[in-house]
Amino acid sequence: MIVTIPSLSTARLTIVSGCATLALMAGCAQPIAPVAINDPYEVENRDMHAFNVAADRSIIKPFALAVGQPGGGPVQIGIGNFANNLALPGDALNNLLQLRLGKAVENTLRFGINTVVGVGGIFDPATTAGVMGKKSDFGETLYVWGVDEGAYVELPLLGPSTQRDALGEVVDSVINPVGLLLPSPESYIGTVAKVASKISDRARYSETFDSVLYDSADGYAQARLLYLENRRFELGQTTGDAGYIDPYEDPYAQ
Amino acid sequence: MHNNHSMMSRRRFAAGFALGSVALALPFPALALNVDQARALIDKAVGEINSTIASGKSETAMFADFERIFSRYADVPVIARSTLGVAAKSASAAQMASFTKAFQGYISRKYGRRFREFIGGKIEVVDAKAVKSYFEVITVATLKGESPFDLRWHVSDKSGKNLFFNIIIEGINMLASERAEIGAILDKRKGDIDALIADLKAI
Repeated sequence: MIVTIPSLSTARLTIVSGCATLALMAGCAQPIAPVAINDPYEVENRDMHAFNVAADRSIIKPFALAVGQPGGGPVQIGIGNFANNLALPGDALNNLLQLRLGKAVENTLRFGINTVVGVGGIFDPATTAGVMGKKSDFGETLYVWGVDEGAYVELPLLGPSTQRDALGEVVDSVINPVGLLLPSPESYIGTVAKVASKISDRARYSETFDSVLYDSADGYAQARLLYLENRRFELGQTTGDAGYIDPYEDPYAQ
Repeated sequence: MHNNHSMMSRRRFAAGFALGSVALALPFPALALNVDQARALIDKAVGEINSTIASGKSETAMFADFERIFSRYADVPVIARSTLGVAAKSASAAQMASFTKAFQGYISRKYGRRFREFIGGKIEVVDAKAVKSYFEVITVATLKGESPFDLRWHVSDKSGKNLFFNIIIEGINMLASERAEIGAILDKRKGDIDALIADLKAI
């Protein structure tokens, strides 16, 4: 059954800002974990998916495989580390907005260790030291504040997302401390590193990307399912028996 | 119950179970499953997966290993039937047998490819708990230069044996993904199960 979730409206944003104030005081009620797929823009999304697959086939994949390799070498791991490190101040800021102070401290400490000891973040000594940190984003902050997931959307080049996560991406690009504190053009280093890391990952996990984009009978539906399930897991919405499917009780099983 | 199994896989299944029960010292016939048995089953399965990914074998040889592991530790007939959904109702016994066999190969290659990405790393059991009428065994895959992966195995004895019936990788549910995928192939083939079987063999 598909529960229709209204798109982000003015009313909703008012609730959000109210909720944000509440969150600062007492924490807001978590929205009920969605279990269904809410995709009212499926027609438009499928068009965008076709565009993304075409872009991948003609430009992104060939370029990624020219500069990187499947499995990834030390350079690719270094690029990934560098990009993750530059994202840490933003992660910590989101942790603060979520009132997860422990995570904010951990991500800040991680940033310090990897920037200083890890040669500007190319290496990741913090993980070896047990300071794992945890990625975050404004989409997660919105979730913590009680905002619903919204409709599924496929974004140009960025791929699968939801209305909540798409809004999160926009806000993250504006509030990113690295972008705000550094002078131009150095302020773009985080964005450049992120793009480079995504291209590197396209090569590094080439087979996995291919299996969804090209080998699946309905790559759009697979990408949508994988994104939503993985995202809900990341946000901690799938605890308990949320992922439970009982094949033994299937009415068609016998 | 699942008497529409092919001879080949029935023999393999029987042999697998015999070996498994010796190694695990499982009572035969299986008594009600407890959390330790569920954990031991997955411990044994991931042990074999770890040996395979560390073996340095060719991709084809690894796929054969994964298929053997899958047929030994997973409830393949139930998983296959469940992913086929409503179409299983109209399938003949021969079609079901041949679909189950094709599905077993397809899923072993597909998930084998994912497991091959753990070459250089390993999977370890970290926790097991009872959830409703089944057991969830939590494993973590660690790989250099990566955050650890969360892999969960759902184990049940409803088939009369202790077997897993679902794998959840970082929240991504095998049964849900395969229901969508098998459904999509079947739609493309306008409901023709024989064409679906041929497609699965080719993937």
